[in-house]
Amino acid sequence: MSITYVVQVADKPGVLNRVVSLVRRRGYNIESLTVGHASTPGMSRITLVVEANPDAAARIEANLYKLVHVRSVQNVTDVPTVFRHLALIKVAATAQSRSQVIQLVDVFRARVVDVASDSLIVEATGADDKIDSLLEALRPFGVLELAKTGCLAMTRGSSAKTGAAAGAADKTVELDAGVSFSV
Amino acid sequence: MPRLTGAEILWDCLVREGVTDVFGYPGGAILPAYDAMLKYPIRHVLVRHEQGATHMADGYARASGKVGVAVATSGPGATNMVTGIATAMLDSSPIVCITGQVGSRLIGSDAFQETDITGVTLPVTKHNYLVTRADEVAHAVREAFLVAKSGRPGPVLIDITKDAQQSSCEYDWDAAAPDPDIVRSPAHPGDAQIQQALELIKSARRPLVLAGHGLMLGGATEEFRAFIDRSGIPAAITLLGIGALPASHPLNLGMMGMHGEAWVNTAIQEADLLIALGMRFDDRVTGNLKTYAQNARKIHVDIDPAEIGKNVPVDIGIVADVRDVLRSWQPSLTRLDLGDWIARIDALKGDSAVRDIQNMPDDGHLYAAHVIHDIWRATHGKAIVVTDVGQHQMWEAQYYHHDEPRTLITSGGLGTMGFALPAAIGAKMACPDAEVWVVVGDGGFQMTMCELATMQQENLKVNVAIINNGYLGMVRQWQEFFYDRRYAATPLSSPDFVTLASAYGIEARAVNTRHAVIPAVEQARAHRGAVVLDFQVEQEDSVYPMVPAGADLHKMIRRPTPLAETGADR
Ligand SMILES: Cc1ncc(C[n+]2csc(CCOP(=O)(O)OP(=O)(O)O)c2C)c(N)n1
Repeated sequence: MSITYVVQVADKPGVLNRVVSLVRRRGYNIESLTVGHASTPGMSRITLVVEANPDAAARIEANLYKLVHVRSVQNVTDVPTVFRHLALIKVAATAQSRSQVIQLVDVFRARVVDVASDSLIVEATGADDKIDSLLEALRPFGVLELAKTGCLAMTRGSSAKTGAAAGAADKTVELDAGVSFSV
Repeated sequence: MPRLTGAEILWDCLVREGVTDVFGYPGGAILPAYDAMLKYPIRHVLVRHEQGATHMADGYARASGKVGVAVATSGPGATNMVTGIATAMLDSSPIVCITGQVGSRLIGSDAFQETDITGVTLPVTKHNYLVTRADEVAHAVREAFLVAKSGRPGPVLIDITKDAQQSSCEYDWDAAAPDPDIVRSPAHPGDAQIQQALELIKSARRPLVLAGHGLMLGGATEEFRAFIDRSGIPAAITLLGIGALPASHPLNLGMMGMHGEAWVNTAIQEADLLIALGMRFDDRVTGNLKTYAQNARKIHVDIDPAEIGKNVPVDIGIVADVRDVLRSWQPSLTRLDLGDWIARIDALKGDSAVRDIQNMPDDGHLYAAHVIHDIWRATHGKAIVVTDVGQHQMWEAQYYHHDEPRTLITSGGLGTMGFALPAAIGAKMACPDAEVWVVVGDGGFQMTMCELATMQQENLKVNVAIINNGYLGMVRQWQEFFYDRRYAATPLSSPDFVTLASAYGIEARAVNTRHAVIPAVEQARAHRGAVVLDFQVEQEDSVYPMVPAGADLHKMIRRPTPLAETGADR
């Protein structure tokens, strides 16, 4: 299954490499990875999606904590969370097909961000499957180019962080009751 | 505030960290540091290969519990360190490696002797640093020492560009304090967990402790002994756990695992409770995980949360300092009534003694077991013995009965041939008053025997016992058991080790009969300088018992008894 982590790391050179290398060398496949600044200066926020079973997920989390620059790891997989992808899709649009394309884009609450004589660029955000459906809908017109980000995740509500931490802890209970990973 | 160069700051920080000895090899990119070193109270040991420097730092750390330090130049100097760093990583040994790097403006230009050593060592260090400015040196060094020794210890590398060593800046040691966030101190063991574990311990009828390296790393050997004495629970020991409990302790069953005692492994399989302390259920100790200790509840205490449940699912996983846990258990422990269990374990010993090569009729051959047994007797179990990797390593673990912690130094996790001689040099530097012996195969010795020169140059009294069987013995054994005796690339010719040692100015002699062992060992002990003994042992002996890789732990290949020479009972 896909496990999503939100990892807060100190913004030091090579930190992304360390995270990726750790996951890679333990043999897990990274499905998606997005990185950007966190709200706290000097910190970066990584959203990491990995294909793993729950046992392995607990292990990845514990291993991430071994990295000196990792400050916190939240497994948000089973926590109420907003997941978002961003896609830019360049789709062929002739004078005849243009209005049809725009209608479709409206249905998916996406928007057109660039217009050329023979194509449009569509910007879409949403869960991965929504973007996939839009893509399918646009395909008959001719998708010329696609650029997609990885997943971004944020837990819902103001107590999100504690909620997520508690959720993550719950999941390990049957495995090793009371293990605190933040060592 | 003084203005110092990066190189001076480096040594000043090392001295403040308590460093007195470093092992290294100079070169262009680290030359400013070497130049500055002369101003500081540091004993520098010039090695013959940078791999040796890392193993020396590692042996130093393992013998003393302090952080070992190795120094090398950029490029080839740094890459030569990788094996030693990986060795320290897998055995959680705290070392700090310092490498020179090309000038910061040259980084990325494929400059002369440039390698991205922080990239290369990323997966085999606990953490590493690339320092490109003098004013970053102090912070990096202070943090590196903290990281190396805190929590689960491990190797840290600091790569310092040449210009960072040369340029100067205001030096404020206090201001360079490590960021407190980098160390996650282990949670105090939760009361509930401590209590639950105690309940399990008290109600167990066939409990067994599995004792690992963590007991040494956590400085918990006294508490461990108290735990065993108070509870009466027998203990099985991992290779790196040897010394955590005196071998002579009646409840010390001996080593578990691939070449552990058959009765120990069977006891593990029959136990109803395993209390794993500072060990990680490595595949060499569990055998087939599917059939491993199926009837046992499991309590696992480890400082590294990533180890809990990694290989073996556990009932109670306690992430904490093992010493804290043992202390918390101590007041509520009472002696368990384990008469039946102990009797059962005794019964499991069965004919093991008969199968022991030590007890077999003299066939005129010299066996490695004899050599190690005699070294043990001569040194009363008190010497620091540093082994290499192979058959002799396992025989050492079986026949040298260690009564003190930190007296068996061996590469367990990575199994690094070439480890012994340099690690012994490090151990002797750390413990000058200790009697230090190297037990090494003819194969592994040839990997780092150049360090004889280092040993001699530093005037170190270390005795080297080469267990010379003319083969890459352990691999030959696998070929014998699992590849139909096709000895591909394992017969090994060696130089005359006696002549070789003499070339280094070291006393040496060859020994090839059983009765000559004790006199040779005693003479070596009495001699003031280092001695190399070339023990020419039976060539095709094998280490028994053995759990074939991945087989069930209790299904061991036993040494054929004299009555069943055919090997039919394997
Ligand atoms: C650097 C390295 N290369 C290869 C091996 C694989 N290996 C494990 S044991 C062994 C044989 C060791 O032979 P020797 O040093 O003569 O010791 P013996 O087993 O004969 O006691 C080999 C080649 C290793 N552990 N380390």
